[in-house]
Amino acid sequence: MTAARFVRLGETERPTIRLRIDGREVDAYCGDTLLVALLNNKSHLRHSEFGDGLRAGFCLMGACQDCWVREEGGVRVRACSTFARNGMCIATTPQDSTWPNNE
Amino acid sequence: MAEQRVIVIGAGPAGVRAMQAFVQAGVRPIVVDEGRRDGGQIYRRQPAGFTRSYEKLYGTEALKAEALHVCFEQLRQYIDYRPDTLAWNIEPGKLHVIRGAQADVLAYDVLVVCSGATDRLLPVKGWHYAGCYTMGAAQIALKSQACAIGSGVVFMGTGPLMYLVASQYVRAGAHVKAVLDTSSVKQRMQALVQLAARPGMLLNGLALMASLMCSGVKIHTGITPIEITGTPRGGVTGVRVGRRDGGMHEIECDAVGLGFHLRAESQLADLAQCEFRFEEKSRQWLPRIDENGRSSVPGLYLAGDGVRILGADGAELAGRLAALTALGDLGIQVNEHELSRLRKDLRAMDRFRLGILEAFPWPYWLATDLQDDVFVCRCESITVGELRRSVQELGADEVNRAKALCRVGMGRCQGRYCGHAAAEVVASAARLPIQQVGRIRGQGPVKPLPMAASRAESDSA
Repeated sequence: MTAARFVRLGETERPTIRLRIDGREVDAYCGDTLLVALLNNKSHLRHSEFGDGLRAGFCLMGACQDCWVREEGGVRVRACSTFARNGMCIATTPQDSTWPNNE
Repeated sequence: MAEQRVIVIGAGPAGVRAMQAFVQAGVRPIVVDEGRRDGGQIYRRQPAGFTRSYEKLYGTEALKAEALHVCFEQLRQYIDYRPDTLAWNIEPGKLHVIRGAQADVLAYDVLVVCSGATDRLLPVKGWHYAGCYTMGAAQIALKSQACAIGSGVVFMGTGPLMYLVASQYVRAGAHVKAVLDTSSVKQRMQALVQLAARPGMLLNGLALMASLMCSGVKIHTGITPIEITGTPRGGVTGVRVGRRDGGMHEIECDAVGLGFHLRAESQLADLAQCEFRFEEKSRQWLPRIDENGRSSVPGLYLAGDGVRILGADGAELAGRLAALTALGDLGIQVNEHELSRLRKDLRAMDRFRLGILEAFPWPYWLATDLQDDVFVCRCESITVGELRRSVQELGADEVNRAKALCRVGMGRCQGRYCGHAAAEVVASAARLPIQQVGRIRGQGPVKPLPMAASRAESDSA
């Protein structure tokens, strides 16, 4: 659950930033998208509200809308097209409203 | 002529060459770009602070990428550039855009839409598991962020992009477990004559495949996807595919790049009420343009992969041709000789495009054979069985009717990733030819807008 999904293949000379994901402090690099910052620290971005498990994005180009996460303040952001910023606090936990449709 | 209101949507190869033609004619276009920087998807730029060279990022296309970026930088002060801006609807003479939560309406006399392409997807059992990405996504992770989508990656599907991404992954040091192609070597041999319309590109492709084979990556052709294995909580654990001899390959992996060539992003043309035509060979609906890039709607021009998948070189030519044609239609003198040369070059590009469709065909029969429990819609987890039921029990014999009944195509991606397969499922369930079940209608907004959206004070409409 906490293992990274993505693998970095270079560009690790950049300055680091710190984020909080579900209450846990993690490191990322300046210039990471939020999606990349998250998936280099854990294996998913969100819970499908339709009850089929965890999701980690799909298209990375802002077309599929599968990578929306929440800032702790409640604002929703599309992780693939948002840059990670130092001090960001992100929640990937399930939301209150879900509509499982495949029992 | 400076008072003519000209808008270009997109800043990829087609958009940049279109804006260049306008600037050269003394027109200052507004350029609406969903990207943060110019380049589009193919020549997407890495963020500030990244240091990889053009050669490393774009391989054989490095010089073209650099030329396009330099061209844009030189044009920058002569255009009204609006990055991070989504064009989300078109009315006659009006383009709706939004940046952040700031909405605006831009009036135009000429609109050149260069909206590009997205991956063309077919559902595979398990494609909703975390770790399954589009082929394009796998490439963006590497090109824009220097990451692999997993520690052991399988590429599955078909199309030239699959081989390009696989070889880019190998070169960057990622572990590529296999390349699994639904099309066969025989199909590629049969396409050679058409592919010879662009000998340089054909040689590039062959060299790329050869280097991939030499690197030791397993390539299996003529496969049938059976399943992406995994768990709802852990994500992808492997793939299972059928072999032509009736056997099976099982490969462990934690990531899959999935894609079956590309599809035109044609929603804006649809919202502008451009005519579409059904193309038999690709089994998809494409906006109709004349040989100069005019759509069926006066003042509206279409260029690049948003019309048909010619690739980056074709997009550069088509972008310039569409802009020159628009200038001609505004009464500005353009070089007829150049127009004729562009049209000729584009005809060769189109022969190559048809060759690619022959070499890497859309395996529509796989949609027909999908089991009822496979998700056809990833957005809302709707199964193939539910879609078939809307046809067979509720009488939907057209995709928009089926969409109304079971919501396939109504989720957040608006049918981008399920629409083509859904049409194939509906056609086979209704026993109708694919062109008779229609296409999912474009809906504005073409992507979600924030609830906080508000109209800009300075309204230019």
